[in-house]
Amino acid sequence: MDMQVAKKKLGLKERYAVMTRGLDWTPSYQKMEDIYPYIAYEGIKIHDWDKWEDPFRLTMDAYWKYQAEKERKLYAIIDAFNQNNGHLNVTDARYVNTVKLFISGISPLEYVAHRGFAHAGRAFPGPGPRVACLMQSLDEIRHAQTQVHAISNYNKYYNGMHDFHHMHDRVWFLSVPKSFFDDAITAGPFEFMVSIGFSFEYVLTNLLFVPFVSGAAYNGDMGTMTFGFSAQSDEARHMTLGLEVIKFILEQDPANVPIVQRWIDKWTWRGYRVLTLVAMMMDYMLPKRTMSWKEAWEVYFEENGGALFKDLARYGITMPKCAEQIALEKDHLSHQAWSTFYNYAAAANFHTWMPDEDEMAWLSSKYPESFDKHYRPRYEFWREQAAKGNRFYNKTLPMLCQTCQIPMLFTEPGDPTKICYREVDYKGDKYHFCSDHCKEIFEHEPEKYVQAWLPVHQIYQGNCFPEGTDPTVEGFDPLAAVLKYYNLEHGRDNLDFDISEDKKNFAEWRGQATKNI
Amino acid sequence: MQIDLRTVTIKPLRHTFDNIARRIGADKPASRYQEGTLDMQQTANFHYRPTWDPEHDIYDASRTAIKMADWYAFKDPRQFYYGAYTLARAKQQDTAEANFDFVENRGLAATLPESVRDTVLQLLLPLRHVAWGSNMNNASVCAYSYGTGFSQPHIYQAMDQLGIAQYLTRVGLLLGDVESLDEAKRAWMEDDTWQGLRRYVEDSFVIKDPVELFVAQNVALDGLLYPLVYETIIDDVLSSKGGTAVAMLTQFMTDWFAETRKWVDATVKIAAAESAENKEVMAGWLSQWRDRSAAALLPVARIALGDRTDEVMAEVVQQFNARMAKAGVAI
Repeated sequence: MDMQVAKKKLGLKERYAVMTRGLDWTPSYQKMEDIYPYIAYEGIKIHDWDKWEDPFRLTMDAYWKYQAEKERKLYAIIDAFNQNNGHLNVTDARYVNTVKLFISGISPLEYVAHRGFAHAGRAFPGPGPRVACLMQSLDEIRHAQTQVHAISNYNKYYNGMHDFHHMHDRVWFLSVPKSFFDDAITAGPFEFMVSIGFSFEYVLTNLLFVPFVSGAAYNGDMGTMTFGFSAQSDEARHMTLGLEVIKFILEQDPANVPIVQRWIDKWTWRGYRVLTLVAMMMDYMLPKRTMSWKEAWEVYFEENGGALFKDLARYGITMPKCAEQIALEKDHLSHQAWSTFYNYAAAANFHTWMPDEDEMAWLSSKYPESFDKHYRPRYEFWREQAAKGNRFYNKTLPMLCQTCQIPMLFTEPGDPTKICYREVDYKGDKYHFCSDHCKEIFEHEPEKYVQAWLPVHQIYQGNCFPEGTDPTVEGFDPLAAVLKYYNLEHGRDNLDFDISEDKKNFAEWRGQATKNI
Repeated sequence: MQIDLRTVTIKPLRHTFDNIARRIGADKPASRYQEGTLDMQQTANFHYRPTWDPEHDIYDASRTAIKMADWYAFKDPRQFYYGAYTLARAKQQDTAEANFDFVENRGLAATLPESVRDTVLQLLLPLRHVAWGSNMNNASVCAYSYGTGFSQPHIYQAMDQLGIAQYLTRVGLLLGDVESLDEAKRAWMEDDTWQGLRRYVEDSFVIKDPVELFVAQNVALDGLLYPLVYETIIDDVLSSKGGTAVAMLTQFMTDWFAETRKWVDATVKIAAAESAENKEVMAGWLSQWRDRSAAALLPVARIALGDRTDEVMAEVVQQFNARMAKAGVAI
């Protein structure tokens, strides 16, 4: 037999190049602009797609192998958690409300990310970014599904999340995260990558995942903690993609810099507004707190983000302007948000409550500048009223910001006693905004933002009642009809935690598990 | 001695999410496939229309000529959600890895008759680009189709096809070298043999209707290409000429096609069974794309089949017709 000549082994980089980049070719039977129709209209100039650096050089065989191993572990833990009634080990049933927020507000966004990355992956003519995007698309459906599977068990025992898909498309406050992702996926593929890949996944993701996941761990929720950790190793890959996108676009052409800067400014602000939900989760909804919102912002945005923007300075990118205003709001954000939800607890799919004395002390220590002065007196008053049987539920509807869709609850930068209002006249209509930044975002793309589906407007126009509702009949109760449209069960899914079925059941079940009864 | 393990039994308030209960008829425990698929895609109150496609909503059923009363009529018989999907592929990956090791460690590549080796390099390596095209097309169907029941399998299919392109690359590196890959790409771009197929793939890139694209790619092209190349040429013709090692290296593709065609057939069947109009549209697409792909594959098949090409191709087309008839569409 002939001696076989040993073949030269390809290096990792070369191997990846033939496994991925070598697959692509320049078509000639159809025009490039017909095959890739969405690539030019945002004004981004790409001269050489090959300059894209593949951050991971992952081939499918390696992908399947690693991911399957992670799935095996994850589902084993979820199954064990479910079998052992792991939900009874959480600190107290108030914690479960963060899970409700997560499944109705965040998990559906993972799904949109899945579709969005499929779109971006198909849209990019370069093989490097295409494959990276498609792998992320695949990961994102993973995240949506593992979250649904992990939280499914909570849904069996607690209220508020039984129809989360339906609620996500309809419930007033869920319009905030929904509009954020709707905004991203309706933007061109480059803006999608900057909004989700960079601004959200890279800059803001720590502010979402660290509190959620470590909050889950702190509060005894193994299920949520496990899917969080399992997603985290994908996130590392996504973050790298996000950073690579920015660098690639900026290095391709100096004309891209101002476009990208505008996107970074816009998406940092929009992302931050969505994180209002996380702020109140951290400061109010976790029975055992990990860190305050303000601390988290300082660590993850001001320090980490600050270092990142220093890095990007060499391309001419500067820190988003909104950072100044956020610094002024960080003492107030969570308190103003929680106060609003406390007011509107009749129309939300989770419970609210007033912090107890210990919790107030914690809040004063974390917010020495603002809590005792502005928020404690308000809470004490509400608590007294509730004790007298006057728990207040606001039944009038607030004005919403046309851009971020949050009720106009925020105060003027630097003056926490005055609500901030801005407005713009456009084609004969008046539009309202919570801030200069939301107003600016609107002014840059008014034709996009006039389309916003604003829950309050829709309710007043009669578009949020179940089909066949006649609002002219005597004794018509609009709130009851809207809750029906949401499929929110009045008295079970909503109102104060103290009178909730969740609280009652949890105490009873925990008693069964820990006492001899 | 018997020990009874005591656990606390709590009666759940409900067994699954309301949307699942509405669809499966009662509050019964649901499978992970159901909970991870049904209604996952948003359906109502979209805020903005795509700036890149203002004629449509973000997810819009009118992007296709196929009309469904309920897009969740589409179900994947494999019940693939992400976890089930990756576990299945990782298992196949183990087999494929063992096969590559076997061929490599025993030096089987060197024992291949030269004619077989040349045929394989000439025939299989340009197919890397076809698989890459399928990756793009399936990403497109995933992005622009309606309802997770229909869109979800397409992201798996997209990544499978990238995997197949990468397996073909490994076959090329094992039986040849980097130059073999370059030569195959040159043939793909320049040789007459491949231009019909390249035109087919490039034309498919501009199909806007996601269901038509599913038909052109996953039903018609793959429906002829896989039985022709992997089942007939490699498993029968080349194996009989001493090329069994090649069959081992492409086992992933053979198994993969046997599995995915179940989903493809179910999808065709459900779309066609919905209405007479759908059936007519499907039949039109199927015959048009079948004829085009048969014509495009003919010169490619000739590389391995020589004089027998027309006869084998006719057989493959006939089998395809029978398969579609079973799925409810006579073409």
